Amino acid sequence: MTLRRTLISLACSLLLTPAAFAEVAYVSNEKDDTLSLIDLDSLEVIETIAVGQRPRGITLSKDGTRLYICASDSDTVQVMDVASHKIIASLPSGEDPEQFALHPNNKLLYIANEDDALVTVVDVDSHEVLAQIDVGVEPEGMAVSPDGKWAVNTSETTNMLHWIDTETHQLVDNTLVDQRPRHVEFSDDGSTLWASAEIGGTVSVVDVATRQISKKLTFQIRGVHPDKVQPVGVKLTSDGRYAFVALGPANHVAVVDAKTYEVLDYLLVGRRVWHLEFNADESKLLTTNGVSGDVSIIDVAALKVVKSVKVGRYPWGLAVKS
Amino acid sequence: MTIPTLARSCGLALALIGTAVRGAGPIEVDIGYLSYRPATPPALSNILPEPRDTGLRGAELGIDDSNTTGRFLQQKYRLHSRVDDEPRALLQQASELAQAGVSLFVADLPAAQLTALSEQLGQDALIFNAGSSEDALRRDQCLANVLHTLPSRAMLTDALAQWLAARRWRDWLLIVGNQPQDLAYAQALHRAAKRYGGRIVDEKAWSFDTDLRRSAQKELPLFTQGKDYDVVLVADERGDFGEYVLYNSWLPRPVAGTQGLTPVAWHRVVEQWGAAQLQSRFEDKTGRWMDSRDYAAWAGVRSIAEAVTQLQSTDSGAIRDFLLSERFQLAAFKGRKLSYRPWSGQLRQPIALVHPRALVSQSPQEGILHPHTDLDSLGFDAPESQCAELYAAKGEQQ
Repeated sequence: MTLRRTLISLACSLLLTPAAFAEVAYVSNEKDDTLSLIDLDSLEVIETIAVGQRPRGITLSKDGTRLYICASDSDTVQVMDVASHKIIASLPSGEDPEQFALHPNNKLLYIANEDDALVTVVDVDSHEVLAQIDVGVEPEGMAVSPDGKWAVNTSETTNMLHWIDTETHQLVDNTLVDQRPRHVEFSDDGSTLWASAEIGGTVSVVDVATRQISKKLTFQIRGVHPDKVQPVGVKLTSDGRYAFVALGPANHVAVVDAKTYEVLDYLLVGRRVWHLEFNADESKLLTTNGVSGDVSIIDVAALKVVKSVKVGRYPWGLAVKS
Repeated sequence: MTIPTLARSCGLALALIGTAVRGAGPIEVDIGYLSYRPATPPALSNILPEPRDTGLRGAELGIDDSNTTGRFLQQKYRLHSRVDDEPRALLQQASELAQAGVSLFVADLPAAQLTALSEQLGQDALIFNAGSSEDALRRDQCLANVLHTLPSRAMLTDALAQWLAARRWRDWLLIVGNQPQDLAYAQALHRAAKRYGGRIVDEKAWSFDTDLRRSAQKELPLFTQGKDYDVVLVADERGDFGEYVLYNSWLPRPVAGTQGLTPVAWHRVVEQWGAAQLQSRFEDKTGRWMDSRDYAAWAGVRSIAEAVTQLQSTDSGAIRDFLLSERFQLAAFKGRKLSYRPWSGQLRQPIALVHPRALVSQSPQEGILHPHTDLDSLGFDAPESQCAELYAAKGEQQ
């Protein structure tokens, strides 16, 4: 029965979608131990895949053939073959991996181990742990600079950005930011780093050359108590025009002019919006809405929410395969 | 203090010295932890005992968390804990700590001993109250050198009353134990009833001295007979009889208050907003669950560390002024930033409503309005407290 249904749904998805061209969004469902797959043409869920326990951060390899999945409660990073949807390996990630970032060399994965105050560096080919670096309490956000020189981690209770030199794997600097930093995102040219502070309610724009805060953004939404404006996910368009900031329980995504830092608009999405991802040409921005259990799809040109797609329980991370 | 000494005292510091946040110098922070709990007579029905080190272990975790942060800032935190079952001896030890230069304290003490400590240590000290929920300390018997991280009884009962109002369970049967703290809890429930539209349809004093483990099924249905009520509220802080009210009331009604559905500062079932991480750190360290007094002690230490980080100073007066200002905010796993009320030194915080295996709700309830922050709908708001001048006056002295 299950097999038949799977076959039918597989056949349908093959028939309905030009498989070679359709973009697919992978969504990790933290409390379902699954991934939901959304076809970005039809904007429908085409498949649900069982993975390890408490999947949170997910990211694709640079060639799009593998999907890395932080299975936090399984204490591993799973490697999924994108073509077959089979888990082909489990990487030694350290305990409780939450978020990670893949180096531009497509080889080194920088993993935040939330319970152990560590960043673990894993070689995805040899499956070896190359380094473990002590960071602050509850490491969460991870990003690697476009030139591959920096890996930056945020620690939620220490309230810092930790700057790790990727050549030596030494911690070389720290930047104090507002309460509970959740996510970091480099601009495409690598000159700035955007860091959200969930409880502080701010996004700090950090000058990468000096590693000092150059600008701090705040948000105000009519009818929403300031304490509930809690920035988490941040995404920047590669043309440097917009920054999008997910505002958590405020249920809105802020649209920021990335040059003037002016907040242009607030887009209403689902409840407790956490992470964001673009499709390849950046015409669509996807958001995971944990409490309402759906993904909102934003038309970037029009700055309008066009659809919400029901996924599993507590959708958390996003990756788009083109 | 020299860099070599710091390195000796904290092996990690040496390796990380080059990586400190700029502008930060080496700072050592000594915090005294004082605990006195009067020996309680055996509770009649208390089958599961409370852990003996509640409070202390929370403070220790706060120190651990602050030191993990501190190694990037060249800060070193140390806890000097003094636990005594004789209050005079404890006060003596507090004085010795003060003479040795400690001016920051976390105290797990009943109100009377806290008041004595506050007087004895004087205005150079800053004390965090993690042990007394006494309303008077926030209302009219304030202590200018004390900040409260434990919620007051009024905060707890307001949190419960808001939820009862949201459920429209307006008619309350109140059962009150015969201990002074039970009467205080009942008084707080009366106040909350007035504020949030509860009606206490009947109030009964529990004065039986039988062990209820065998006889609850016979005694309690008769005891709870009378006018109709939506909910039974129990004021029994020690746990003499309250656990046996559940499922034994004359009418089939839920039980809340000190037993049943309880308003608390913290409980194992709180896991949202990153709390799961704090819970697992605590359990790894102690092998038990974190409770409200642990949380209050943890929040006291974390408040100090946050102030030290921002101020680059360990001066107790400067820390106090900073914590009472709008500049201070604490991320403390309750879903929003916490701050102190400048008129009473009380840490503003959401209150969890729990039963032993799950979180039921969190107050303030949705829709409660307040001109400044809905967190001030819990407990004594500025106009109800007579302490504002006292707190402001101390601030000006500095």
